[in-house]
Amino acid sequence: MTHFSALSLLKNALTGNKDWDAQWPDAQPRNEYDVIIVGAGGHGLGAAYYLAKEHGITNVAVIEKGWLGGGNTGRNTTIIRSNYLYDESARLYDHALDLWENLSTELNYNTMFSRRGVMMLAHNVHDVQSFQRHIHANRLNGVDNRWLSAAEAKEFCPPVNISPDARYPVMGAALQMRAGTARHDAVAWGYARAAAKRGVDIIQNCPVLSIRRGPDGSVEGVETGKGFIRAKKVAVSAAGHTSVVMKSAGIRMPLESYPLQALVSEPVKPCFPCVVMSNTVHAYISQSDKGELVVGAGTDQYVSYSQRGGLPLIEHTVAAICEVFPIFRRMRMLRKWGGIVDVSPDRSAILGKTPVKGLYVNCGWGTGGFKATPGAAHTLAWTVAKDEPHPINAPFTLERFTTGRLIDEAAAAAVAH
Amino acid sequence: MLLIHCPYCDETLPEPEFAYAGEAHIARPADPSSLSDEEWRDFLFVRSNPRGVHAERWRHVHGCGRFFNSLRETVSDRFLATYKAGEPRPKTDGPGALS
Repeated sequence: MTHFSALSLLKNALTGNKDWDAQWPDAQPRNEYDVIIVGAGGHGLGAAYYLAKEHGITNVAVIEKGWLGGGNTGRNTTIIRSNYLYDESARLYDHALDLWENLSTELNYNTMFSRRGVMMLAHNVHDVQSFQRHIHANRLNGVDNRWLSAAEAKEFCPPVNISPDARYPVMGAALQMRAGTARHDAVAWGYARAAAKRGVDIIQNCPVLSIRRGPDGSVEGVETGKGFIRAKKVAVSAAGHTSVVMKSAGIRMPLESYPLQALVSEPVKPCFPCVVMSNTVHAYISQSDKGELVVGAGTDQYVSYSQRGGLPLIEHTVAAICEVFPIFRRMRMLRKWGGIVDVSPDRSAILGKTPVKGLYVNCGWGTGGFKATPGAAHTLAWTVAKDEPHPINAPFTLERFTTGRLIDEAAAAAVAH
Repeated sequence: MLLIHCPYCDETLPEPEFAYAGEAHIARPADPSSLSDEEWRDFLFVRSNPRGVHAERWRHVHGCGRFFNSLRETVSDRFLATYKAGEPRPKTDGPGALS
């Protein structure tokens, strides 16, 4: 596999770019693997990469029912931040952010990680108090976050309307400068290429139909569209379809799947320097390097696997964007889409072991899984390799819904839910 | 956008008139103090979340204000039936089933 560098670019430019290798082979399944990962999104591919790189386990298959990175990895709004309230979440997301910072170099693949800052707007007294509480909690945890006045917010991001007679007046903002965006497809491709280079098989267009368990209850392998594949360890990283896959292993999950929609505008010249989120009016927006405004809506209210979602959500989001950013009122939207997100009761991930021996799960990321990609993948690989929780993912167990030790970010975090 | 039939008003109206209210037919425990932690978990947190027919509650918030139940196919989002609270879940398999 070609190492990407300025030299390789130049060399291939001189030969008309005809000699590039395939970035990863399209593998067919073998009869048996040490580890099977269900779902070739960023999380699953990343786990395969870290299994191979950090734990020396290379006899790994990542099985995907569609195409690589075609689920929520390719459907999110690419926002990366770690300003979560609770200690457990702060550690997990900040671990991910640490890994994001060197990811392009590590994978030899440009993930276009851009620390352009994420600014969260406060529109009422409750927002101001809640954000300042978050800022203090974050700083105690060593997580970057600071308070901006409305004027400072306007200076940082000029398109924001801070007029006091706005329908949703801006009273200030929380700014995480270390946060930003990355190119979502490149994350999946970079992990896939780096994992394949270390011997991981990436098997696309192969749905996992069920998980087979042996007489002693432990995992034996997976039934797929291409036949039975044996493995002693199976890690499910299937986002919105996790509860369907887990049910086949006899585990009912505390998850519900909802459509989450996003949309992009026509491309325009650079006009928007950062990511802005507003939880109160429910709008968040950034500008991609191609120039499109990337706008995220909320989840639809009902359980669905339709990957489509309803228009009322889009209408609500666009109305909020037009109020907060009047300069975008005449912008034309190019396309919208939906992904299916698996939402847990406390809005925190479920990451680790399950009651079934040899079965691991990485799910419940809800509307915010992209930012966690390297951290989730890294700690999942640890748990699969050692059959024990990583110190960072240890609180994110499935058992917490029995013990009551929830990580209740739903009510308390600066999360757009 | 979903078009939802309210069985009380007997009208089919757009989704923004309604509020979703979670999975239907989850009965509160008759004797809460006798429940184990696992039974509490199942009651509070575990949901069927099917890729297929889902029984769910809706409330006609901008109309009669009443709760009712529905059966909806979660891949196509097509409603199979809506029915009043307290009525049994219509059959979706076997003879005489909805399709």
